[in-house]
Amino acid sequence: MSFITRGFSGRSRERDERLPPGQTLVHDFPVLSAGPTPDIDTADWEFTVRTESGATSWNWDEFMSLKIDDVNTDIHCVTHWSKLGTSWRGVSLDTIFEHVETELDYVMAHSYGGYTTNVPLDELLDGKAWVAFEFDGEPLDPEHGGPARLLVPHLYFWKSAKWVRGLEMMSSDEPGFWEQNGYHIHGDPWKEERYW
Amino acid sequence: MSETVGTVDATGGIRTVPRAGWHVGTVTATNRETPNASRLELEVDGWPGNAPGQHLDVRLTAPDGYTATRSYSIASSGDSTRVVLAVDKLPDGEVSPFLVDELREGDMLEVHGPLGAFFVWRPGAEPRPVQLIAGGSGVVPLYAIANARAEAGDETPFRLLYSVRTPDDVYFARELEALAGTSDPLRLDLVYTRRAPDGWPTPPGRITREVLEAAVVPAAEHPLVYVCGSTGFVERVADWLVGYGHDARSIRTERYGGT
Repeated sequence: MSFITRGFSGRSRERDERLPPGQTLVHDFPVLSAGPTPDIDTADWEFTVRTESGATSWNWDEFMSLKIDDVNTDIHCVTHWSKLGTSWRGVSLDTIFEHVETELDYVMAHSYGGYTTNVPLDELLDGKAWVAFEFDGEPLDPEHGGPARLLVPHLYFWKSAKWVRGLEMMSSDEPGFWEQNGYHIHGDPWKEERYW
Repeated sequence: MSETVGTVDATGGIRTVPRAGWHVGTVTATNRETPNASRLELEVDGWPGNAPGQHLDVRLTAPDGYTATRSYSIASSGDSTRVVLAVDKLPDGEVSPFLVDELREGDMLEVHGPLGAFFVWRPGAEPRPVQLIAGGSGVVPLYAIANARAEAGDETPFRLLYSVRTPDDVYFARELEALAGTSDPLRLDLVYTRRAPDGWPTPPGRITREVLEAAVVPAAEHPLVYVCGSTGFVERVADWLVGYGHDARSIRTERYGGT
């Protein structure tokens, strides 16, 4: 149903093929959060994966002793901005799930502060997701999710839960916080799965 | 409202918002709101209504098919197909200068919404005092909320703390003054950051911790707090509120980015 807007020419004539539909390239790093930024000391930080059979936890030092990946990726926010070629360091979910046994197919990520977001497990494995704690060579800023956030760059960025503290395995795909508040259950930017 | 969907919020309450979709809006009025912003009134065909505090996406399409989409808070609420926006012109913006300077009565825009079911407030939904805190154009969704309360005759205690550069930059100046003058008033506290009116008791300056504490419903009264502004403003204010004992889960934030 798209029609030409009278008088609008737009600024950019070159379309970067790395930009999904409806996205605009930014060079700063906008912030989207539903509430205040929690203050989490790495001394108190813990990351826990809960399954049908129990829980596996790492404290900060234990987590830092896991295999750490350098990640270079594009990120896409549902509020229409994208950043290209961002650099992160973090622990792959493949590494984390080497230590976890589960038959369940769905994940709810939980954050300090109460935020939740849902992702199917197969969208987190095979090099598709990390728990990231460095951005651009520096410790991750609290307002961007530090000390650690989930990084699931092939989905809209609300799925990359800031201040992540754990994953809960589920038997079905239940909606998390933004998914209950108007955002799409899945969130593929290339299909513009923004809202339901 | 025609079609609604239910959601459960962080406090466990059920609420409904109209289902989002693409619509065509016709500009019925465009007027200067401040020297840097315009108020746009749209008649949106098929608009299902919206809750106070929601936003929408505007999509502009160039003759060669290039599109640009941005989100804007809605200043109006309720069942009406009349939708009011107030758009601040960003210096290097691609969409906002067009909306503020180029758009004319009779033009058509594609809009998608209403969007967002968290940064909303409904009359009668929760018997808690409400504190609104706005930085600059962040007042738009908060004005929608304050106005919805007044239109409903709701008696929930309401305060608005509004940080703005100069008296000329106040959005909805007459409307806010009217809301503050009703028998069940919105308590309005203005903070001028660059230039204050003649005779204003305090010199212009950014909100401080002390000003915030003095102008905000105390944490002991368990207010629901809505903060909207730039990221820096929201981060600073929300941190101070938590420091003053406000429950982080009672603070809802919305920011406009740098784009």
